[in-house]
Amino acid sequence: MIEENVSLPRIHYLNSHYGWKSWLLTTDHKRIGLLYMVSITLMFFLGGFFALLIRLELLTPQADMFNADTYNKFFTLHGVILIFFFLVPSIPATLGNFLIPLMIGAKDVAFPKLNLLSWYIFVIGSLFTLWVVAVGGIDTGWTFYTPYSTTFANTHVIAATLGVFFTGFSSILTGLNFIVTIHKMRAPGLTWFRLPLFIWSLYATSIIQVLATPVLGITMVLVAVERFAKVGIFDPALGGDPILFQHMFWFYSHPAVYIMILPSLGVVSELISAFTWKRVFGYKFVAVSSLMIAIFSFIVWGHHMYVSSMSIYAGMLFSILSYLVAVPSAVKVFNWTATLYKGSVSYDTPMLYALGFIGLFTIGGLTGLFLASMGLDRHLHDTYFVIAHFHLIMVGGAVMGYFGGLHYWWPKMFGRMYPEWWGRLSALIVFVGFNLSFFPQFIIGYLGMPRRYHVYAPEFQVLNVMSTAGSSILGVGYLLPLVYFIWSLRYGKVAANPWKAKGLEWETASPPPPENFLEQPIVTEEAYNYPTRPAQPVKHGGKLTGGFAQPAGTAGKGREAEVV
Amino acid sequence: MMALTVSTAHFDRLVTAFRVPLFPEQASTHAPNVDALYFFMLAVCGGVSISIVLLILFFAVKYRRRTPDQLAEEAHVPIALEWAWIIIPSLFFMSFFGWGAWLYFQDAKAPQDALEIACTGRQWMWKFQHPDGQREINTLHVPVGKPVKLVMVSEDVIHSMFVPAFRIHMDVIPKRYTEVWFQATKPGTYHMFCSQYCGTEHANMIGSVIALEPHEYQTWLNGAATGSLALRGEALFNKLACNGCHTGDAEARGPYLPGLYGRNVQLTTGEVIVADENYIRESIIKPGVKIAAGYDNIMPGYDGQLTEEQIIELVAYIKHLGKKYDQFEPVAPPTAPAPRPAGQDPDQTLPIGNVRPSVPAEQVPTPTSPAATPAVPGSRPTSN
Ligand code: HEM
Ligand SMILES: [Cu+2]
Ligand SMILES: [Cu+2]
Repeated sequence: MIEENVSLPRIHYLNSHYGWKSWLLTTDHKRIGLLYMVSITLMFFLGGFFALLIRLELLTPQADMFNADTYNKFFTLHGVILIFFFLVPSIPATLGNFLIPLMIGAKDVAFPKLNLLSWYIFVIGSLFTLWVVAVGGIDTGWTFYTPYSTTFANTHVIAATLGVFFTGFSSILTGLNFIVTIHKMRAPGLTWFRLPLFIWSLYATSIIQVLATPVLGITMVLVAVERFAKVGIFDPALGGDPILFQHMFWFYSHPAVYIMILPSLGVVSELISAFTWKRVFGYKFVAVSSLMIAIFSFIVWGHHMYVSSMSIYAGMLFSILSYLVAVPSAVKVFNWTATLYKGSVSYDTPMLYALGFIGLFTIGGLTGLFLASMGLDRHLHDTYFVIAHFHLIMVGGAVMGYFGGLHYWWPKMFGRMYPEWWGRLSALIVFVGFNLSFFPQFIIGYLGMPRRYHVYAPEFQVLNVMSTAGSSILGVGYLLPLVYFIWSLRYGKVAANPWKAKGLEWETASPPPPENFLEQPIVTEEAYNYPTRPAQPVKHGGKLTGGFAQPAGTAGKGREAEVV
Repeated sequence: MMALTVSTAHFDRLVTAFRVPLFPEQASTHAPNVDALYFFMLAVCGGVSISIVLLILFFAVKYRRRTPDQLAEEAHVPIALEWAWIIIPSLFFMSFFGWGAWLYFQDAKAPQDALEIACTGRQWMWKFQHPDGQREINTLHVPVGKPVKLVMVSEDVIHSMFVPAFRIHMDVIPKRYTEVWFQATKPGTYHMFCSQYCGTEHANMIGSVIALEPHEYQTWLNGAATGSLALRGEALFNKLACNGCHTGDAEARGPYLPGLYGRNVQLTTGEVIVADENYIRESIIKPGVKIAAGYDNIMPGYDGQLTEEQIIELVAYIKHLGKKYDQFEPVAPPTAPAPRPAGQDPDQTLPIGNVRPSVPAEQVPTPTSPAATPAVPGSRPTSN
């Protein structure tokens, strides 16, 4: 972080209009981003609360806090809320909404009213879910497997599926909006291969959102219809096929895991570049890998169904494709690592999150390879190994990326800095808590503890206690930012671009004016065009000012140090 | 021989209580093959993860920003590297794929001579039928050294048969047979889990696979074939249409019986009692006396309609619907004496031939064996 001497702009998007209406009827993408941020933060802590209750119950092998039904509702609500109402919208709907127009030099997204509509649809979906929580919950698991969900469960399945159905539409509309925005509204000179990698990743995400989510919607409707009208679709007792449900569900839900992780991959590319003051190595490979991931993600869903009586040959096809989708993910990791080489690495909070992300995403992805192997998945399926795997990706990956991005763009959004020391502390706590929570679960999983068990064999206890201890540390790590972010809105140090980062979004004031840019920006250079110093042997003694004969304090300022 | 099994069971329990296992037992022919692939991938992926983490740390320290305005150094990294880290990982990935697929393919079909056992999953129990008609619930006896094929079907929702020590796993689907096979390699008692979430008592849809030496298995088969107390109790239970109300469904008019024995039960009066043999007996002949909270007094009393012998059979059946884990009623304060160690039957002090509590009475060699003793009312001090 670099000390700046700046003051807040006189008029910006936060103070240009006042009153509830100016928020609830706004079509400003920045304000809509904040509306989303507030809504999903509520959902995040609600879902996290259920996680803590789950972990508390798992402290002992017996059921001593909650009975079976209550526990089953807890893990279902935990999954439904955090996946559909937090992770899927998280980065696209908050940071994406806020930043896409700023990063491409546009005034707003392509369809500002549609953008507001998707927030309202999201709220309706959330209200369904909150209603379900209030009236007694649902106990099908976030996967809604049939025929349990359609015939046997006697909880609020229909309301929950409708909630998911609605939020799905919000996701589709957001994706549509972004695709058109990125295609049509880029500033003059901003060619595809000059786009920030964050835009590439959100573009890839949007494609998945638009193409996959309708399948989820129709699946949810079919579940509701079968449950309500007893039409035989999935329940074999009514003449349906329960495996058909799994195909339809995973046809969305595998790509959906990339809806959750791709935006984070984009954030991390931004962070790595901004905190090394260096162009991301292999820019084109990283950009294209996002698209490859999006495309391949549509044809691997069967790896969730190796043991559900699928034919061996179908299984083999899904298995080999699952390995192929891992290649572009690996490419990203290698490129980030190479970017650090000879960079100017600083350890500000967002970078700590980014570095943590790379480690955890790598391990999460590699454990995915275990599950993609038909021979191994026969042992690991539906055990805690799977739980650990996807939490590494979704919490260690997606959530870390989201937090890293929040810290990085916080001064952009509010013109003020969060307290850096507390930021680093929380990043560290999150990292430690996370590892303690989830690494024991790999062992528990290989030992054979199935998921969704509130009572378990006594030999699994020690590892479960470790995991619970870790999750309470993790909880603290998440609460800290909530407190200091709110604190910083008023008391944070005024900041404009404390990272000296490049990118169109940093060209305008922080917080930006309502119309984003006072005059149309014109792009004349590649993304991440940071000045460099000539390669030279490293001198020791801490005096390394680089090859530019510039007064200290300006050399790193990217913008000023124009490089032709 | 039986006595020997009892003592090793005790020993196993002691050992598991004081040990944190890090790796599951290998007890089938599949297990070492699966583990070999696991260790291969662990070595490769672990090596890669560690190298990447170390490399990141090394770069992050070496190229740290030493002065606030230090620029990045010009770096010329050959772009060929890009292709290297696309192609080399792909080759490794293909080796993972090939090995995993080969393993799966190889083990997909059971050998011709496999012993075929029928398995039915339902909310929330496993039922097995051996070729000669021996039946068991939540326990499966198999011979060591012989391939065993389970032909499975569900009566309601999707379940999944999972035996970690054998590294086998297969969904059990309504109205459709699925198969899985294994060959146990050493005698012992192994966990059997339902791993596909199937409703309220999913976590209690568990049991044991008991692998016996072939001659012991034969002895067991002979004993179980004669039809045991609990088996006859089951027939009676169905004949009297008890299962019409005690369906196990959530809307059932009667309470759920598996796992009831030895558990705390809350009554409509608010009182909490332990479901011992006397309570079960009384609930059959005079159900109106103690009514479980949440149910109506609608069950007919069978007083005078059943012989003592028949009641004993019914009680034995309900007792053997029991589960391995200790149940704990959340609504009730723990009035029971200290919870039993997992799987330990309070009756184990009695001279019974029944080696493990999770083993139904079917295994008792003859129906006249002392196994009947604990079911006789009054053989234990009543708890209230
Ligand atoms: C790097 C490539 C990846 C591969 C090869 C992979 C592979 C797999 C496989 C095979 C399973 C199914 C395991 C089973 O059910 O037995 C699985 C489960 C899962 N994965 Fe991944 N995965 C990868 C990346 C991701 C990413 C990026 C995410 C999320 C952002 C993710 C989230 C999940 C989730 C949520 C599940 C569990 C679903 C459930 O059963 O509830 N995975 N993964
Ligand atoms: Cu998947
Ligand atoms: Cu089950």
